[in-house]
Amino acid sequence: MADKEKKLTKRDLIAVWWRSFFLQGSWNYERMQNLGWAYAMIPAIRRLYKTKEERVEALKRHLEFFNTHPYLASPILGVELALEEQRANGADITDETINGVKVGMMGPLAGVGDPVFWATIRPVLGAFCASLALAQNVLAPIIFFVVWNAIRMGFLWYTQSFGYKQGVNITQDLSGGMLPKITQGASILGMFVLGVLVPRWTTMNFVLEVSKVKNQAANVVDLNKLTDAANNGKLHVDQVRNVIDQVVAGKTVDTFKITTLQDTLNSLLPGLAPLLLLFIVLWLLKRKVNPIWIIFGLFIVGILGFWAGILG
Amino acid sequence: MSAFFVVLFAFLAGVEGILDEFQFHQPIVAASLIGLANGHLMEGVVLGGTLQLIALGWFNVGAAVAPDAALASVVSAYLVTGPAQVDVHTGIAVAIPLAVAGQVLTIFVRTLTVALAHTADRYAEKGSLRGVEFVHVAALIIQGLRIAIPTMIVMAVGAGPVRDALGAIPKVITGGLGVAGGFIVVVGYGMVISMMATPQLWPFFFLGFALSAVTQLNLIAMGIIGVVIALLYLQLSPEFNGRGGGSSNGGSSNGGDPIDDILNNY
Repeated sequence: MADKEKKLTKRDLIAVWWRSFFLQGSWNYERMQNLGWAYAMIPAIRRLYKTKEERVEALKRHLEFFNTHPYLASPILGVELALEEQRANGADITDETINGVKVGMMGPLAGVGDPVFWATIRPVLGAFCASLALAQNVLAPIIFFVVWNAIRMGFLWYTQSFGYKQGVNITQDLSGGMLPKITQGASILGMFVLGVLVPRWTTMNFVLEVSKVKNQAANVVDLNKLTDAANNGKLHVDQVRNVIDQVVAGKTVDTFKITTLQDTLNSLLPGLAPLLLLFIVLWLLKRKVNPIWIIFGLFIVGILGFWAGILG
Repeated sequence: MSAFFVVLFAFLAGVEGILDEFQFHQPIVAASLIGLANGHLMEGVVLGGTLQLIALGWFNVGAAVAPDAALASVVSAYLVTGPAQVDVHTGIAVAIPLAVAGQVLTIFVRTLTVALAHTADRYAEKGSLRGVEFVHVAALIIQGLRIAIPTMIVMAVGAGPVRDALGAIPKVITGGLGVAGGFIVVVGYGMVISMMATPQLWPFFFLGFALSAVTQLNLIAMGIIGVVIALLYLQLSPEFNGRGGGSSNGGSSNGGDPIDDILNNY
């Protein structure tokens, strides 16, 4: 039995990859992703260990505490698969090594996954597709779903294979400059796009009138003659043409020139109010105010502003 | 038939609310699917797009649980696209308390799952691979039911009472909620920014802001500009090029600092 080398098949690796999609299914407050991790490792355990004792040990090993970014678990899974394979073939790899690699990798990798996937790729893709959705484009959810899953599934497979091939070396490889670079590049794109979104996708309209000036009669198009003619049924083409000419010449149709607070703000810089609001929100978040309370607070601001006729 | 699909999509959203893999819980996907099930696809897509902007910053980091996009999108989309035909503004306003309710529910399930993890330990003692698998899948199903059951309750209550209850809200409140719906997205942006922002990154935010406020460039063009700026930064920053030299960066084959090269050529 000992002379036949135990090897994970391609099918096993694919099975582990598929199961890694369900890593967080049994997320719990005690050992977090532990059960999901064991679930993902089971195809390998089934292949490598045949006796009951070996399986009990392997399961226990992989039911220890584990928590990282769900996608960055894949390179760790790859490394652990390589370690388990060597161990099953008699290499001197202890439980401590297997656990140490897991725990050692999960922290730094989670630190990359959160800013790259949650804070950059998903908001950027989400905002892009949301803009399509608001323009009534049915493709929006489809693009979001397909692009995201193509990136995700590709990333999971690639990093798991990479980890499996590299074995333990991966830990050094990853800290060697690639990861900080990816994180920084993604964060730049993310911050830039957020800057773009603030004035574009925030609607704050201050309808409060700051001034109401009567326009000079000479600059106002005289619509009375036109209405009279229309009411008497004697409307002539030339009258309509005359009005259009006046409008084209730059005359206004309103008797009063109304300037709202929003017009004043826009003349400074469009999007200024949302920017200020954003900084208030950032300040509150920094003071550890629960975001949900901030949202409720803004609802109250909206209701009061609407009631007072300031916002509309 | 549509009721079956609503519950199915609710279940998928619940499952994804914990997995965060396929993204069936993201508003743009969930609300569109519920809209599709109810035969009002377009309303679902538009509601989904609006909610997506609000939920931009809702993500779990470590053990912290974010507001729950799954329950918010599913129930809100059911009210907007289903028999109740609630308008989009009200749908958004309803979504926020639902997000809190969903958050409480997932915290409850995540606590309950501690007991399941111990059951898995017992199967492990017996070396039962199937037993461990079974417990994991059971936990996942509970997370799915976390959204499916509340959705079924809303469906059972029916369109009439829901519409009456929402109709009883005075105009000032609904109008104000509509107004607030336009700017609560800022909280989502704030959550993302507070997670990433460093002094080096703030200039890129203001660059994006200024470009967006005064130009008509669309999001694709903005995305291209953003990528170009990020790549330029990585190529030029001494932080990534000065030391080590060997880092395989496709562009600069000599591994040196491009600015240094320019200065040396002077």
